Amino acid sequence: MTTKEYESYYVPSQSHWPIVGAVALFLIAVGAGNYVSTLKSEEGGFGGYILLAGFCLIIYMLYGWFSNVINESMSGKYSHQMDNSFRQGMSWFIFSEVMFFAAFFGALFYARTLSVPWLGGADNNAMTGAVLWPEFVSVWPLLTTPDGTETTKMGWYGLPLINTILLLTSSITAHLAHSALEKDNRKMLKIWLGLTILLGLVFLFLQVVEYMHGYSEEMKLYLTSGIYGTTFYMLTGFHGMHVTLGTIMLIVVFLRVLKGHFTPTNAFAFEAASWYWHFVDVVWVILFVFVYIV
Amino acid sequence: MTTDVIEQDSHDEHHDDHKMQGIKRWLYTTNHKDIGTLYLWFAFIMFLTGGALAMVIRAELFQPGLQIVEPDFFNQLTTVHGLIMVFGAIMPAFTGFANWMIPMMIGAPDMALPRMNNWSFWILPFAFAILLSTFFMESGAPNFGWTFYAPLSTTYSNGSTAFFVFAVHIMGISSIMGAINIVVTIMNMRAPGMTYMKMPLFVWTFFITAYLLIAVMPILAGVVTMLLTDTYFGTSFFNAAGGGDPVLFQHIFWFFGHPEVYIMILPAFGIVSTIIPAFSRKKLFGYSSMVYATSSIALLSFIVWAHHMFTTGMPLFGELFFMYCTMLIAVPTGVKVFNWVATMWRGSMSFETPMLFSIAFVILFTIGGFSGLMLALTPADFQYHDTYFVVAHFHYVLVTGSLFSIYAGAYFWLPKWTGNMYNESLGKWHFWCSLISVNLLFFPMHFLGLAGMPRRIPDYALQFADFNKWVSIGGFAFGLSQLIFLAVVIKCIRGGEKAPAKPWDGAEGLEWTVASPAPYHTFSTPPKIED
Repeated sequence: MTTKEYESYYVPSQSHWPIVGAVALFLIAVGAGNYVSTLKSEEGGFGGYILLAGFCLIIYMLYGWFSNVINESMSGKYSHQMDNSFRQGMSWFIFSEVMFFAAFFGALFYARTLSVPWLGGADNNAMTGAVLWPEFVSVWPLLTTPDGTETTKMGWYGLPLINTILLLTSSITAHLAHSALEKDNRKMLKIWLGLTILLGLVFLFLQVVEYMHGYSEEMKLYLTSGIYGTTFYMLTGFHGMHVTLGTIMLIVVFLRVLKGHFTPTNAFAFEAASWYWHFVDVVWVILFVFVYIV
Repeated sequence: MTTDVIEQDSHDEHHDDHKMQGIKRWLYTTNHKDIGTLYLWFAFIMFLTGGALAMVIRAELFQPGLQIVEPDFFNQLTTVHGLIMVFGAIMPAFTGFANWMIPMMIGAPDMALPRMNNWSFWILPFAFAILLSTFFMESGAPNFGWTFYAPLSTTYSNGSTAFFVFAVHIMGISSIMGAINIVVTIMNMRAPGMTYMKMPLFVWTFFITAYLLIAVMPILAGVVTMLLTDTYFGTSFFNAAGGGDPVLFQHIFWFFGHPEVYIMILPAFGIVSTIIPAFSRKKLFGYSSMVYATSSIALLSFIVWAHHMFTTGMPLFGELFFMYCTMLIAVPTGVKVFNWVATMWRGSMSFETPMLFSIAFVILFTIGGFSGLMLALTPADFQYHDTYFVVAHFHYVLVTGSLFSIYAGAYFWLPKWTGNMYNESLGKWHFWCSLISVNLLFFPMHFLGLAGMPRRIPDYALQFADFNKWVSIGGFAFGLSQLIFLAVVIKCIRGGEKAPAKPWDGAEGLEWTVASPAPYHTFSTPPKIED
């Protein structure tokens, strides 16, 4: 922090990266829209290619934009106030992610406490149960849906428990990496950060193994297996996507550490990635409790 | 506060001012004023587009029977009209105001994250290009209403649903980034000495609105995602046969949707609270109570969502809870209306166009508020639900509320934006034509609704014919009146009487301390705020 209370705030000159990003998002949306709409048609669509082009473009844009920002930061253009803007921006972004998960957890709790019991005739819905699906029994997890689809429950022991331990450990290693950075201990920083990434990758690998297990003939736990399969795969799936994103962030930060970036006082990107990592960890704990155990 | 013109920056040589010319200036810009202008023009173009759809709707409803469009196409028109007006016209217009005015009002050099600011704008035209392109697809545009209830949007939807979903995703990303920018700018970039309770009320309302946006736009993203997977990937969120519930859709949608309603009206409160004191030549009555009232409305907006769903068969406790909570909102809103009236009381008032729109806002928004109170009564709502009474209610709130405040604000700050005074008599023509036609357009809808005419239908029973004829005439007149505004703006940009730094003698705020038109960069060095 400098002694002057308000340094001059760096207002970047014009940049072409945002418009590249806008075109990329456009391609992704059009591509995904076409791809999804033609899933069931025989001839198929061209959407996949547009989608791929969109993703390539957005990776190019992120690379260019972030390089730009990193160069500005390394050349000392950013003030303390600018650093604050980034920090607050990242915090509110994580808050918006929390709300995104809230929608899906809301759907899970609604199904568990309201819609499934109501289908079984709870409260004033006696006739719903009796008229629509008289055979239906309301239980959670819902292994037999009203229309008779059957599936099995994914237990919490085994892979999910190992994954929980992995992620909790990774949060600790991320914290240790941060402490090492604050003490300017580069060697320990690299070790702890590398370990965090490794734990994240193992988590993702085991998650894939678990999905393959779920989709096997013996478990028959599909995305289409009624509300249990739906909430299971959508919650763990979106969580997995966020872990993937978090891992990518950590890898980028790791590469920057190898290049000698970050000092104990100037390490916003490192901290942002580690906040994000703690966030996906907390989501997992809630998920582990409400999707797997209870 | 000082009224001297601070001509800083206009002659500031060292400043990094690479303003490109032509299209690149607008595509690559990081300047909050450029981006604000883009938002405002985009919103106005979308307003005319959505308005054109409404003209077709009113033409079809001019008399009973099917004349112009097929019923399915009629549904597409109402759906896209709603989506465009909410996400394409009102919200971007307010973001445009935020971009232009907040940095100038708090003495900041720009928005906190200028490049992201550009990105949040430029993804919007693409999103609406996708949405509008669905009209030209084989399946046609979305036809399930702007609220896209399941199962209309899942089991019974047409082939363009995926495009609709991804377009909404982009709109959501845009809003979230815009809102993060507003929050960070206000928290981090205020000039030294500008404490929170010294901020103009305008800034306060956008601050609170931005929080609402960050909290609920992700919920919208979540619900459209569920809709997508239900439609195309066989999930069971809204499918009772799989253990889900179509009513769940309505809960999640309105958990987003009700705060969304306040996202579209709180900034209007801010604009009106700026203009009424200026033309009453008095300070705003009850500034701090305004701040608290706005915050209370925002908090309450999270626990009233199910008043949109009284007829879905919720448990009795739910009906009562949501009814009482909804009626509670009338209290802080009443505080606001009282404060506006008290500000005018014994003021030295004059009636330029911004003031006319603001006074009309106070009266007509209050009418919309009262019909909202009627709808909040659970037993009464069983009669009003999904009738034209609801249509009348939300158009009073959104057209004579939000839209009128946008016009008020546009006239108020046009001299600051363009450097020229707008043509006052044309402005007054715009106001009076709009005021008369808008009431002809929306007031009879109350009677239609009370008599039982359902919304979202292309045809109706004979007894509704007379009112509908008048409503349609009002609609066409209102649509045409908006072209006067376009003329005013173009005239104002091209020339006119030169505007002084502070054209309104009663106006207050830092934006009036810089020259008109505002220099490209303002407040590169923060101004000193005196007590």
